[in-house]
Formats: sequence, structure tokens, C-alpha cells
Amino acid sequence: MHLLEPRPQPSRRMRWLAPLIAVGLTLVTGTLLFLALGKNPLQAFIVFFVQPLSSGYGWSELLVKASPLILIAEGLAIGYRARIYNIGAEGQLIMGALCGGGVAVLTDGMNAHWILPAMVVAGALGGAIWGGLAAWLKTRFNAVETLTTLMLAYIANYILSYMVSGPWRDPGGTNFPQSVMFGDSALFTVLIEGSRVNASVFITAAVVLAFGLYFRNSFVAYQLEVGGQAPDAARYAGFSAKATVWISFLLSGVTAGIAGVGEIAGPVGQLNLNISPGYGYAAIIVAYLGRLNPFGIVWSGFLMALLYLGGEAAQVSLQLPSAITGLFQGMLLFFLLGADAFIDNRLRRSKKAQAAKAAIQPTAAAPTSPAALPHES
Amino acid sequence: MTSAIPPGVPRLELSHISKRYPSVVANDDVSLIVQPGEIHAVLGENGAGKSTLMKVIYGAVHADAGEMQWNGRQVRVANPAEARRLGVGMVFQHFSLFETLSVVENIALVLDEKFDLARLAGRVKEVSERYGLPLDPYRAVHGLSVGERQRVEIVRCLLQNPQLLILDEPTSVLTPQAVLKLFETLKRLASEGVSILYISHKLHEIRALCDTATVMRSGRVTGIADPREETDASLARMMIGRELPVCHTEPYTGDAATVLTVNQLTLASDDPFGTALKDISFDVRAGEIVGIAGISGNGQAELLAALSGEHTVAPDRVVMASQPVGHLDAGQRRDHGLAVVPEERLGRGAVPGMPLWGNAILTAHRQGLRRYGLLRFGAARDFARRCIERFDVRCGGVEAAARSLSGGNLQKFIVGREIMQAPKVMVVAQPTWGVDVGASAFLRQTLIDLSRTGVGIVVVSEELDELFEICDRIAVLAQGKLSAAVPKAQTNAEQIGLQMAGLKMAGAHQDTETAHASA
Amino acid sequence: MIELLIPVLAATLGAATPLLFAGLGELVTERSGVLNLGVEGMMLIGAIAGFACAVDTGLGAWAGLAAGTLAGAASALLFAIPALSLAANQAACGLALTIFGVGLSAFIGQSYVSYSLPGMQPLPIPLLAQIPVLGPIFFQQSAVVYLSVIVFGVVWWVLARTRLGLLLKAVGESPEAAHAIGYPVLLVRYGATLFGGAMAGLGGAYLSTVYTPLWVQNMVAGRGWIAIALVVFATWKPSRLLLGAYLFGGVTILQFHAQTLGIKVPVQLLAALPYVATIVVLVLISRDRRLLQLNLPASLGKPFLPG
Repeated sequence: MHLLEPRPQPSRRMRWLAPLIAVGLTLVTGTLLFLALGKNPLQAFIVFFVQPLSSGYGWSELLVKASPLILIAEGLAIGYRARIYNIGAEGQLIMGALCGGGVAVLTDGMNAHWILPAMVVAGALGGAIWGGLAAWLKTRFNAVETLTTLMLAYIANYILSYMVSGPWRDPGGTNFPQSVMFGDSALFTVLIEGSRVNASVFITAAVVLAFGLYFRNSFVAYQLEVGGQAPDAARYAGFSAKATVWISFLLSGVTAGIAGVGEIAGPVGQLNLNISPGYGYAAIIVAYLGRLNPFGIVWSGFLMALLYLGGEAAQVSLQLPSAITGLFQGMLLFFLLGADAFIDNRLRRSKKAQAAKAAIQPTAAAPTSPAALPHES
Repeated sequence: MTSAIPPGVPRLELSHISKRYPSVVANDDVSLIVQPGEIHAVLGENGAGKSTLMKVIYGAVHADAGEMQWNGRQVRVANPAEARRLGVGMVFQHFSLFETLSVVENIALVLDEKFDLARLAGRVKEVSERYGLPLDPYRAVHGLSVGERQRVEIVRCLLQNPQLLILDEPTSVLTPQAVLKLFETLKRLASEGVSILYISHKLHEIRALCDTATVMRSGRVTGIADPREETDASLARMMIGRELPVCHTEPYTGDAATVLTVNQLTLASDDPFGTALKDISFDVRAGEIVGIAGISGNGQAELLAALSGEHTVAPDRVVMASQPVGHLDAGQRRDHGLAVVPEERLGRGAVPGMPLWGNAILTAHRQGLRRYGLLRFGAARDFARRCIERFDVRCGGVEAAARSLSGGNLQKFIVGREIMQAPKVMVVAQPTWGVDVGASAFLRQTLIDLSRTGVGIVVVSEELDELFEICDRIAVLAQGKLSAAVPKAQTNAEQIGLQMAGLKMAGAHQDTETAHASA
Repeated sequence: MIELLIPVLAATLGAATPLLFAGLGELVTERSGVLNLGVEGMMLIGAIAGFACAVDTGLGAWAGLAAGTLAGAASALLFAIPALSLAANQAACGLALTIFGVGLSAFIGQSYVSYSLPGMQPLPIPLLAQIPVLGPIFFQQSAVVYLSVIVFGVVWWVLARTRLGLLLKAVGESPEAAHAIGYPVLLVRYGATLFGGAMAGLGGAYLSTVYTPLWVQNMVAGRGWIAIALVVFATWKPSRLLLGAYLFGGVTILQFHAQTLGIKVPVQLLAALPYVATIVVLVLISRDRRLLQLNLPASLGKPFLPG
């Protein structure tokens, strides 16, 4: 049952190979799944990965979906590097949308340039408050963040549901739980005529550049990284564990909150119960698949967006439930985590292989002596 | 403890055992013979392959080559349970006990008999008393002292009627007096026919206890001797190929201002299994090394946290150069000239998966390794490179991950990183724990030399020999209380040992083993 | 007032049952040092497997429960292979299992949305059911509710009284020490993880075949996460888990009985109550770090690779 042994040095190659292996294994499993469902795998993959990109509109939709995924994942990755598991970005997205949307609902009928910026700020605040709540619960009460962030996501959903079916319901509309359609001053400018791509992609691009060029190389990011890899070392060095928690949650709250505003002031155009097809959860996978690297996340964000488009296409062309997207997402993360195990470990070698290797390289000069390593069992 | 084996047949005979790990040959063609009732030492320095060899006997590690004869019969030990069935008992170096379980529960886990805790508790009491190892079967292990834990391990073995008992570095956690008591128990067991394999690197202990010694170096047997007829020097030659290195100390002539003062420090432990500190006071002057002796678990972790700033206290409890720093955290105290080398190298002193240049930044970021909130990668690499050169760190360069270094080399890197920040006060915990002889000598000399440049140093260590070698004054931390620091010339190992057991000078011959009685 | 409360309390037991199953399973898993955050996913997989089996075979709720149990265990294996054998990050693997379970159950469930099942008749226990007040609350429940209490009893007994329970605790505290004295750490952890999966699957199948005998996408609605929180609340002790499950059973059904009890709060906010309550109990229990440290399986969530 013990398949692995630690590598002396983490493998850099494996770090970037793992996502490719995971995607490959997901495709293989997908093939088997399509065969089992009686579909032609080749045709299915064409529907999934080629058809959505066969038109300009398809590409624009890819950008529409990738933008929020990338934005949220950028924030999450910071926390994950510090091993702070904020898994409730969906809740922070909803609260961001709710606060940003609140500005739009309350200024309904007005026409002013400050409305959209105010929405973005309100959304960032809303996300930050929802993330900050989890940070407070963790730093003040030691409550484990996986559970609190997720519970807060459920709560956010019910608050949204209450607001759009109560106080903020469109008075002139039907009985559907939704707000008024936002006016032009509460919407991002559409960049490409006939598509849904809007100016919020600039925010995403700015965040990618800020995180990738500055934050990644900052001393703060280093402190977060140490806190994640070796909490005792962070304590020893005098890095504040509480600051780590707060920075992680506030940054991921802000990005998720802004992503929420990007949805309601973009493709959705109002507050309703379907403002996110699970972007907050999918972004978790995007973050890991992109190696928690600000630029890596851009690629994985597009891949995940394609998976969403493929799911929609599969529903239309293959009569498969769009939930197949979730299925692929889960598989992808499983395979990725499995492949990631080989960054720090390698397969146990058989005794023969070891002996052969030892015979070639005289090992007496090797620096590591197992008996001298602390904490060996 | 009986056997119907014809006389003259060895209890255990290992022939040509080899075991390779990916980066090292732990055992290379090792042979060993143990007779019934013999106390047989396996001597070697850290990393010589002793522990691996014992794990092979105990079935926890499988040899790549070689044979094992047990009472004249060839055996292959697949796992520890099978070893125990044969009659092999093992007392581990780092105990294999479960903190939250009681003594009797811990013992029940290794016995292949009907699960009946009440009956077993009776037997534990009986056997423990018979061998002078008193134990309360129902106490939870986390409340036991280190010595009591060792008793649990020994009693656990004895209940399985072993014919061979393996003890791996059993005295590293004992006071000198408790060592003598352990030796009595072991000699008694040997007289009843139990063979004992005694793993150690302490020469005088082996000469006091053992009938035969097999000496190992770099995975090979380098000699078999009767230790009673050898000297420390001759054993050392077999063990490391030369004489034991000695440190050179010169008197300090500079200004001896007080650089660190601890005033009446009282502190509850964060750890529910920890020890509270009670009214601790001491000071350190420039140019001296103050040693703090004592067995880990007597408040060592708590004292280190309070000194380093990982645990903050009231401002005037800790004073550096007449400036109260008790309320400052670890980073702020470093700004005042404190350097710290923790006991745990991997995971505390260094981030295991990070390269050495990344680990340089950990505390040395003050030395111009960051600017405008950004890291200066070039400067960090340069710092790490200089540290590697100056402190003779053998490694694969600045890109090598911390965890790829041997214990000694990583310790040299950490000590070097701290020294290169020109500290005024340095706190070092267990400077040579698990480090080979050569690196140990280097580290000790480095600390002495550093102190003679006017730095005040505190060394917390379990190794009495080490403290007597490098320190100017020695205090003892036992049960959360610190004795007065005494110039080393005015004390000796025996006195320190008594204080380690938490006893005053009088009443020496009571149970010397009640240290760490809190919890 | 008592007349009003009796149906509420009786319903509480039913609502608590899935939490009790899933919580007991996760408690055993965590005792062995494995943190499986995939309970929600395993419950969903159990729910759809149970529902599909009951519908397709026509063999009724018991067949569904059995299928759900098996499916739950099988899904736990998906977690166990990377998390245990490959020593991957346990929190992330659990999350993957939940995402996968949400997707898989929705995918399969699509073709079962229009079906419903007859559910399960209550099984009054002779004599006991006639006791006033207590009878209707405790002894006129469905057989699965009784089963959950039996499972509780067995788990309690194994953990407190047997060598297996001791071994589980030992492996959860220090896999290194357990390995050193020769116990198969991974085997124990696999066993505990599969048991956790089976119980989560059973809890999920109870939801879809007995409690509300139809399939609704995401019908587990966070109960898996609440079960994980309950294990923390219970400080890894089965008896406190029982208490916690019934407490939360009460909170969950409060929204359905709020009107009869005269509580006037918007439905949506009432529905959020169990999640708020989860955070509250987590805070209450976690703020006492000592209490947690003393009870927490010391190796929880840390992968074990023998050297």
C-alpha cells in the first residue's frame, strides 16, 4: 500500500507536468465515460472542446467565463500558498454581488458616472467583509476556516434569496425572485459589439499583473509561503500568523467580491438567484491547476471556462446533463492532487533497481544519511 | 525468559547484512553475534547505521542482503509483530508511546493476547515492581516524565518474555543517577539469560556496562572489542577513525556587560502537555556561554519560546542590554540583536522544501535581502553562498532544499545564518543533537569563538558533556524551575545530575527519576 | 404546548438521523487521523445511488439504503487512494470528492427527477410506543432511525471497549509510533475511511429513500459539512455527537414548524439557521484551544509515508 518515498529535492519538472498529466487522465476517463454512455468519444470531445471555439462568439464567451474564474482564483491562490483553505469564495462572490447590486438597485433610474465605480468598491467591501468574517472567526475563536467559509457561503445564498424575493424584488416584474434590470450607468461597457465581453476583464488583467509582477516577489508573499509550508518556522522568524490569515481572506474576499460585481454588472445585468454557476468552487480547481501561480492561473482559468462551455454544448448536442461539467471538474482535481504527490515524492523503487543504481553511483559520498535526519520514524 | 537451546549456540547471529537507501548505504556487509545473557554494545556515531541495523533485527526495515540466525535457526523477520513473537523486544530512541493512552493501553497494543485491560494492569504492576521500575498502569502517558516513559517501554518488552532486548540510545533522556539505575536493571535481566543489544555513542557508558562492543562507522563494522579493556581513545579511533576532537577555549578579555537578563519569569505553557515556568531569573554577560542543563520537557520549550519572543511576556521580564524586550515578538527582538537556533532544524529553523537561499531570507531579510517590500533574490543567493563557504556547509549549492542536507550541515547553515547577522545575544537549543562528531566539534568551536568576540550565548542542551565542554556557567532547568548558574569549575556532572532530577544536594538517594512531574 | 412539541420532537429524530450516520462515520475516519472533507459528496452519491436502486429494482427503501451504503464506501475509495496511498493533501482531496459527488449525482440524477418513492412506514415498537409523550417521540419512528441508534451504540462500544478502538486512537495520534510497533497504519486508515464513506452513503440514501423519498439536485444541502462540524463539536466523542446530531435535527426542522410555533421570520432566513448554528457551535467549541488540543487526533489531516 505504500507506493511512494520522498524525493530529496522537490521536482520542478513534475510541478508543471502534473497539470498536464491530470488533464490527460481526465480526458482518458472522459473517453471511457462517453463510451459507457454510448456516445462516440471523438464526437463528444469535438462537441466539448472544439465546437465552443469554432466561432468568434464562442471565443468571446470563453473570455466572459474565464475572467471571473481567473479573478477569484488569483485571490484564493494567495491563501492556499499559506495553507489557508478558503473554500467559500462562492459566498464572498455572492456578498460582493449583493453589495454592488445594492448600489445599483438603490440608484435605479439615476444616471451618474460614479455608480459603477461605487458598485465595484461596494462589491470589494462586501466580499472582504464576508472573507473577513471567516478571518475573524479563525483568529479570534480558532474556528476552522474550511467549515466556516462554506457555511458562510450557504448563508450568503439565503441572504441573497431573501433580498431578491423581499426588499429588492423588481416591483414591476413578475413574482420571480430577481431585482430590476440595471441601467446603463450600473453596467460595464461592452467591449466587442455582439458579445458579452465587458470592461471588467481589465480589472482581471490588472489583478493578474499586480499579483504576478509585484505580489509574487514580495516579502509579504514570502511570509505567507513560509506560514503555509512550515508554521513553526514562521513563528520562529516572527511572522504574524494572524496577519497571514487576514491578508489571505481579505485579498480573496476582495477579488471574489469584484468578480461578483463583474457578473451582475455584466452578463447577468441584475440580481437574481443564478448569478454564479459555481465559479467560487470552480476557482479552487483553477487555482491549484494553475500551480497557485498568478500567470499559471490564467491558463487554467481558460481551461475551466472551456469546460463550462463544453458542458453547455454537450447539453444541446449530446443531450447530456450539463452537470457533466462538475463531474469533469471533480475528476480533474482528483487527478491533479494525485499527480502532485509526485512533486515531493517518487514511486518506491524495487530493491533490484536500487541496487543497480547504487552499483553505478558510489553512494558513500552522498550528503544525506537517513540515520542523521531528525524525525525519521 | 527461558530457552531450550543447546549451550554454545548464539542467541542472535547476523551475517553480511546490507541495506541501501536511495542516497546512502546504511548497512554494508554487517555481521554481529550476540550470546545468551550477554550485554552487547553497538557503538558508532550519528549516522553510522546502528539504528537501521536494529530495525532490521526488529523487522521494521527489510535488509537488501544477508542472513539472520535466531537461536541457531535461520529466520526472516517480516514485521515487528513477528520479531516480538520470536522474543525480540525493542526500546525505541524516540519513544513509540501514545500520549493520550494510559500505560496499560499502550502495553495492550503490542501484546497478542485476549483484550483484558484489568488483568493486564495487574501484570504490569507485578512485573514493573519485580524489576524496580515502578509504574501506575492507569496513568496517561502524557503525564509521565521521560524516564517513566522509558520504563513503560521496558516493561512492555518484559511482558513479552524477551530473549533479546534492544535499547536504542536509552540514556540520552536520563540523569546520570537514573542511568545507574537503568544499568542495574539491565544487568539483572542479563543475569536471567536475556541478551541485550545496547546502542550508544557514549564511550564511558559502554565501558561501564557492556561485555562486548561491535563498532560501526559509515555503515560498516570497524571493530569488535571488549570495552572493559579499551580506553575512550581507542574506542573513538574505531568509531571515527581518529581521536575525539577537543575544543579550544581562551579566556574572554573584553567588556563583560550584561547583555541578557531574565527577571522572575513565570509562564503557563501553551501546550496542554507542557510544563509551566516558575520564577526564572538569570543573566548572561558579553563574552560568556551560559549552559542550561536539564531533560527536555522540564520547561525547555517554554523557556526557549519566552527567550526567542515566540511567546511574549511582560516587558521587563526579558531585558536585552538594559532595554525591556519581553513584550516584543520574535522579529522585533531580532531587530535588537537577538539570534536564535532552535532545537527543531527542519520545520522551525528552516523550511524543509525551500532552497537554502529562501531559508536565508527567513531571518536574514534584515541584512538587505529585501527592498521596497520586494525580495532581492540575488542578494539572498549571495548571502546563502557566503554562509555555505564560511561555515563549511556541504550541500548541493544555494538551490538545494533544506531537507536534502544532513542534520549536521543544516545545523551549520542555520548557525551560520544567525552568526552572519552579527547578533549581540544568541540562544541555541541542542546545538549538536543528532550531528556527527566532526560537525559537532566544529559547531562547538564556532560557538566558543563567537562568544569570545563579545556575544552572550545561552545554550540549552541535554548533553552534559557538551555543556561542560563549552560553557562558562551552568544552570539546571527542572520541573519549570531554574537553579542558579554556577561557574563550571565549581560543579560537576553528578551535582548537575541531581539537580536535573529536581532534587537538592541533600536526599540524594531517593527516587532520582521524578523530573517533569507536572501535567 | 406539549401537543405542539411532540410532532416537532418526533420529526427532530428523523431529521437528525442522516447527520448521525454521516457524523459517526466521519468521527471514526477522523479518529484514525484522516480528515475527509468529502462527506457532502459521499452523501450525495449515496443519495442518488440509493434512489436509483430503489426506483430501478423496485425492491424498496432497504435495497436503496444498501446501495447507498456501498456507493458511499466506493466513493470514499476515490478519496483514499490519492489521500492515503499517495499522501496527497487531505483537505483538497476531500474537496475534490465533494465537487465530484455534486457533479456525479446531478449527472445521474437528471433522469430520476420525475420519480418518487413510497418511503418507509414507521415501525412502532410494541408497548414502548404506547407510553404517553415519550412513545410518539421515540418509539414510532421508521426502522432506519432505530438503526442509526444501534450504529451509534456499536461505534461507541468499539471505540471505548475494544482493541480495535484503541488501535484507531493510536493510529490517529501517532502513525509513526503505530508503524514502529508494527501496525499497518494505512490499512487501518483505509478501513476507517471506507467506514466513513459507507455511513455517509447510508445517511444520504436515507434522505432520498425515506426522509423525503424523491430526488432533488443537491438535496443533501450542506448536511455533509454540518456533520463534519458536529465531529468537532463532539470533540471526537460519539456520545456528544449523538447530542449534537439531535440538536441540529431540531434546528433543521424548526423552519417547517416555525409557523405553528408562532415564530415570524422570513423563510429564507430561517432556512439559513442551521448554517448559522454550525458556525456558532464551532466557535463555542474551538475557542477553548486546550479542549480541542486534548481531544483532537494529533495526526489529523497529516499524510503518513513510512520512511
